[in-house]
Amino acid sequence: MSESLHIKNGRVIDPASGADSVRDLFVENGIISDKKPSGATLIDASGKVVSPGLIDIHVHFREPGQSHKETIASGSRCAAAGGFTTVVCMPNTSPVADNPATIGWIQERSAATAIVNVFCTGAITRGLNGEEMAPIGALAAAGVVALTDDGRCVQNHGVMFRAVEYARQFGLPIMDHCQEATLSDGGVMNEGEWSTRLGLPGWPALAEDLIVARNILLAEETGHPIHCQHISSGRSVRLLRDARRRGVPITAEACPHHICLTDASIASFDTNFKMNPPLRTQADIDEIIAGIADGTITILASDHAPHAPYEKEVEFDKAPFGILGLETELALFLEVLLHRTKALALPEILKLLTVNPAKLLHLDRGTLAEGAPADITILDPDHDWTCDKEDTASLSRNNPFHGMKLRGRALTTIVAGKVVWDLESGFRS
Amino acid sequence: MTTAAWRHKDLCALADHTPDEIRTILDTATAFKGVGERNLKKVPALRGKTLVNLFVEPSTRTRVSFELAAMRLSADVVNISANASSLEKGETLLDTARNLEALRADLIVIRHKSAGSARFLADRLEASVINAGDGAHEHPTQALLDAFTIRERLGRLEGVRVAIVGDILFSRVARSNIELLTKLGAKVTLVGPPTLVPDTFSSLGVSIARSIDEVLGEVDVVNLLRIQHERQKKEYFPGTGEYTARFGLTKKRAERLGEACLIMHPGPMNRGVEIDSDVADSGRSVILDQVTNGLAVRMAVLYLCSGGAPFSRIETNS
Repeated sequence: MSESLHIKNGRVIDPASGADSVRDLFVENGIISDKKPSGATLIDASGKVVSPGLIDIHVHFREPGQSHKETIASGSRCAAAGGFTTVVCMPNTSPVADNPATIGWIQERSAATAIVNVFCTGAITRGLNGEEMAPIGALAAAGVVALTDDGRCVQNHGVMFRAVEYARQFGLPIMDHCQEATLSDGGVMNEGEWSTRLGLPGWPALAEDLIVARNILLAEETGHPIHCQHISSGRSVRLLRDARRRGVPITAEACPHHICLTDASIASFDTNFKMNPPLRTQADIDEIIAGIADGTITILASDHAPHAPYEKEVEFDKAPFGILGLETELALFLEVLLHRTKALALPEILKLLTVNPAKLLHLDRGTLAEGAPADITILDPDHDWTCDKEDTASLSRNNPFHGMKLRGRALTTIVAGKVVWDLESGFRS
Repeated sequence: MTTAAWRHKDLCALADHTPDEIRTILDTATAFKGVGERNLKKVPALRGKTLVNLFVEPSTRTRVSFELAAMRLSADVVNISANASSLEKGETLLDTARNLEALRADLIVIRHKSAGSARFLADRLEASVINAGDGAHEHPTQALLDAFTIRERLGRLEGVRVAIVGDILFSRVARSNIELLTKLGAKVTLVGPPTLVPDTFSSLGVSIARSIDEVLGEVDVVNLLRIQHERQKKEYFPGTGEYTARFGLTKKRAERLGEACLIMHPGPMNRGVEIDSDVADSGRSVILDQVTNGLAVRMAVLYLCSGGAPFSRIETNS
């Protein structure tokens, strides 16, 4: 298929430059071009929005080792169907991505089977054990874009401090899942009114706040960027806001479920509402949305975390943490931030899904500037649809949004100038 | 004199039920209590039905109570305990339960350490599922027998002032009691240190007191809970000595209770910790009445969940 495209008459929004106008966009040889190439395939984007391809820096594709939950191939198809052209995979695979050989395997597998761009993170510590530093230099050389022990927050402050210090020489940002383990120990849901009612062990927001505070101090001390993943607590937002005002190199991301669902959803003990960090309260939701609106939280991500139906079909406290996210992510962010709360205008929302994550991880993506890789998402922010958990590219079904009416959807996903998916005809390969 | 219908195959949590449904169980239990007082302690209500006691957590009192309740209703009873089941071999709870259903169990009484486990099975099985304690969530038949005992002794539940003392955080008995008592109009005060009675409990429509001395003269019922060491992985208070000093119902404190105040305990008791030995055996203690009433309540629950017609209210109180 032609890698030359003529995307006609769309509202082209490029948050990297601030451009926002109805115009034509050209792609030649997989690159954004200024002039119309000959023999270009025409795509009519009239009435639609043309955005840089969306980037999600927090996904779990489960390969190697847990391919019954998801594969790089199936996960990348979820991304494409959700409008995402680039994803960043977490290292909690089996084996853990804490060595160049595993990173190399993931990169080869991605090149062979993924239909979107897949970048890797490496572990901060060996085996995510929180004690011994992983070979960070070798991981950097292998091409990881960040370091994280996602899911297993490094508890030992000395280890974390030295890892941040050490990573600095490679310019590798640190991403942290903020969870103080002695406070969250055994907790499976937010500690509050609903854990009190349901008798389920609580995982208090305080456990997140403590590590966010630690990370702020470490980032300030070292001058090296630390990114706090999937913020769930309102007080964490306040800590981050203060720190960012002081110029501390700390960033944070928010996930759809943490701004549209509360812990009350767990009243039926449905394990599709179990994720880590857990759903919290409306007050937390309000704080997170305020943090997104005022620039405290600069990145949106899914924490796409597939688990097989039989793994989720157990007692609540025994079920693994995590839910699917890529295919509903854009719609939920648009529903909550654009339609419901009007916290942000569309170009600002797209900024948090394109240029901001690209900048954090130094990815050569997230813009429609001439000469950039032609990763493009055509979307309709008003498209009405109903989420159906069976209508998915994922190997798993752990979707709490099943049956929910949503507004906004990707219509066409273009990676390096090739249409990989569109809503009408599905996947192209 | 209205009697609400009971249209549920399961009893998983009192939070799922209306005040009328709860009264229906209590009224039906009143009718069944007489059976246990007879020479011939058996009625044919569940003849031909099979009940499985699936106790994945240790229990003596509750298991025997359910077993006897089922026998008095003429059901066939099978007991399974965790260490003698396939759960030890890695089988999931759901698969174990489905196997029991394949053996045509009509009722499954489950005790399990996971909150929500009864509901989890109830949603997936045709058989009736009765919760005999799911983690720290609920223990509905215990709260029903507590309420039955209060109603029997004091003639009502509406307006009765109940103090529940001790390890509330880890207590399914407390949660079910709070649910039932507040639904039926009693006034509940939880007594314990902030680590065992977090402030979040106030969202459940109860008062909180930080010392047992604050409530002694103000209550009609004192329900003492055991410190559940087996559930506490962390430290919640400095030791039983300090606990007893602040929250134990000592002889001296018991003297300050009102004349008609009932002393209750769901068992098993730790004599000398939450309750003084003499107090436990005193005339105001209804601890053994609770056990006796538990049988009637469980007969009522098994009967109703099997589709039995509710008995109309015998007393007009509460």
